[in-house]
Amino acid sequence: MSSLATVVTNAEVVICCGSGGVGKTTTAAVLALEAARRGRRSVVVTIDPARRLADALGLEGLTNEPRAIEADLDGDMYALMLDTKSTFDGLVRRYSSDPDQAERILTNRFYDNISSALSGTQEYMASEKLYELAREGDWDLVVVDTPPTRHALDFLDAPQRLATFLDHRLYRILMTPTRGIVKAVNVAAQTVVRSLSKVVGGEVVADAIAFFQAFEGMEGGFKERAAAVDELLRSDETAFVLVASPKADTVAEAGYFAEQLDQQGIDVRALVVNRMQPTFGAETAGGEVTTAATARARATTLEGTAIGEHYRALADALQVAEGDEVHLAGLAGQVDPAPVVRVPVQPFEVNDLEGLAAIGALLMVEDD
Amino acid sequence: MKPADFFGESGLIIVAGKGGVGKTAVTSAMAVAASLEGLRTLVVEIEGKDAMASMFDTGSLDYAELELVRTAEAHAGVRARTLTPDDALLDYLADRGLKRISNRLVSSGLLDIIATAVPGIRDILVLGKVKQIERAGGQDLIILDAPAAGHAISFLRSASGLADAVRAGPINTQAHDVLELLADPARCRVVLVTLPEETPVNELIETAYSLEDDVGVALGPVVVNGVLPELSGLAVDPEEAARAADTHLLEGEADLLRRSSEFRSARRSIQDTQLQRMAEELPLPQIHLPHLFTSTLGRNELESLAGSVLDGISALEAGGGA
Repeated sequence: MSSLATVVTNAEVVICCGSGGVGKTTTAAVLALEAARRGRRSVVVTIDPARRLADALGLEGLTNEPRAIEADLDGDMYALMLDTKSTFDGLVRRYSSDPDQAERILTNRFYDNISSALSGTQEYMASEKLYELAREGDWDLVVVDTPPTRHALDFLDAPQRLATFLDHRLYRILMTPTRGIVKAVNVAAQTVVRSLSKVVGGEVVADAIAFFQAFEGMEGGFKERAAAVDELLRSDETAFVLVASPKADTVAEAGYFAEQLDQQGIDVRALVVNRMQPTFGAETAGGEVTTAATARARATTLEGTAIGEHYRALADALQVAEGDEVHLAGLAGQVDPAPVVRVPVQPFEVNDLEGLAAIGALLMVEDD
Repeated sequence: MKPADFFGESGLIIVAGKGGVGKTAVTSAMAVAASLEGLRTLVVEIEGKDAMASMFDTGSLDYAELELVRTAEAHAGVRARTLTPDDALLDYLADRGLKRISNRLVSSGLLDIIATAVPGIRDILVLGKVKQIERAGGQDLIILDAPAAGHAISFLRSASGLADAVRAGPINTQAHDVLELLADPARCRVVLVTLPEETPVNELIETAYSLEDDVGVALGPVVVNGVLPELSGLAVDPEEAARAADTHLLEGEADLLRRSSEFRSARRSIQDTQLQRMAEELPLPQIHLPHLFTSTLGRNELESLAGSVLDGISALEAGGGA
């Protein structure tokens, strides 16, 4: 069993996954910071950081190259914000046979659609950037914040999906409608082109064909790369950290993530649960257990007084906390033996290095 | 403003917000509120999430409409259905006499490729289908649970993007129909949901301006979910407050209450700052829904939230929706 401290000390790649709004970006930044505090050279790839956090990380605007964080650390921490389009452009340049071919692709309208708006492209480029940093960069640890998605596999599948896309048999038929070696294939191709044109219009199909013609010869490079990225994601040096919040719906989504990862044979290395309701030591204060029910009863008896409001605030908090634990019980069992690290809601907003360090102290506790 | 007038302003309300802000709960509460105001309401869920089914304690939502709130004396009724892009595409093809090729397009995987090739096509098909449901008029109000914030913008922008990318043919027509729907405040409004915290408020403000400028869709009031009520008594120290109420505290209890109340006051102060800032930076009225201190929403909680929605609407100035 490994704690998060072990993960930031030993892992080479950490992937933070989970549904939107659970604090994935913050958790990713904290893990990179903790690695740097331990003398490592870390970089965090953020997808869509909140503005203040981006400012704290020195990320004004899109910075597809890592930037150093100014902080007093034993190691170094860098951050970058993923620029999907320029990452994709870089891939095209890398695998094109000559600048002309790259140019033909980069100026194609269909490519423009794929590179900027295609669903799954962001996931693919995040894993591509991860690979580039992990394999070609001088980093001890690369932490990746994944795009918000309901399916953990979108991130895992993304490299393969593009490779499949480029290699689709029907497109290969479309690409050679005039070469017609086998006539029957051509007739089928014509039917497909006609059907497609009916649905999306002839212009789009023409753009698509031009794109695939321009891409010819590059599929091999893309496929090899996709396979290499896939291998890295599944290797032992890569740790998946599942991030969740204790609310019923996000716990359900996290459970679904865990299930999907499990089906892929990938272990969850740790479960981080953000936004836990603090209980202020109500379990032990005064040698007695104060529960939501006892606090609520006092609040009701004392309604209309200031002390009644104090009890009401405590009852509200404990009621939430008790519910949180009920929701989490099943999820904790599901990721067992991975440690479950609970991060309480803070009385301040976490959007600067100081805040990240405070969360870091909570994340690095030993296993429970 | 009278709630019935508010709900009657447009036949479609699109509810959007960052993940985790309780968009589905707000969608459900608004639907219950509209039903209480006499509108036959249809909820359209496009991400196939199960949260709504558990709130109403019904089976999972499906492509076929499901009754969430039965039509009864107080209620005009709430129905709900899912509408995934795949459903929308098959409908689209069938409506155009292309049902036969639709099977082939699906089985060959070509549909996926089309959707990949023409980004936004899934979104436009969903919105096109919503438009069709709106036009058919089988309900008084449609409430659409939109994708999470960032995706909501691209979702709603798909119409203008596709109107440019696909310059002729049925998709182009569809895109123009949807643009017309989105641009008409008498047919469609977007209600944005947030929590009273810095990051969701920032995102909401950005989304609001982007939707107005890029999509040209009318914005209704902002719904702030999870608002902490004011507890002025927390300003008095627990020991003093206990003496004033002539009650005594157990050993250690004063410290416990102090820690709890300090935390609550700190969160409340964050909330006030953010709500104030949002009011200054975004000229949209706000509807506040109370924090329920439970993470399991059921029918009772929804009724209570619906009451808060109605109170919030009643407090709006007439005509102050957009």
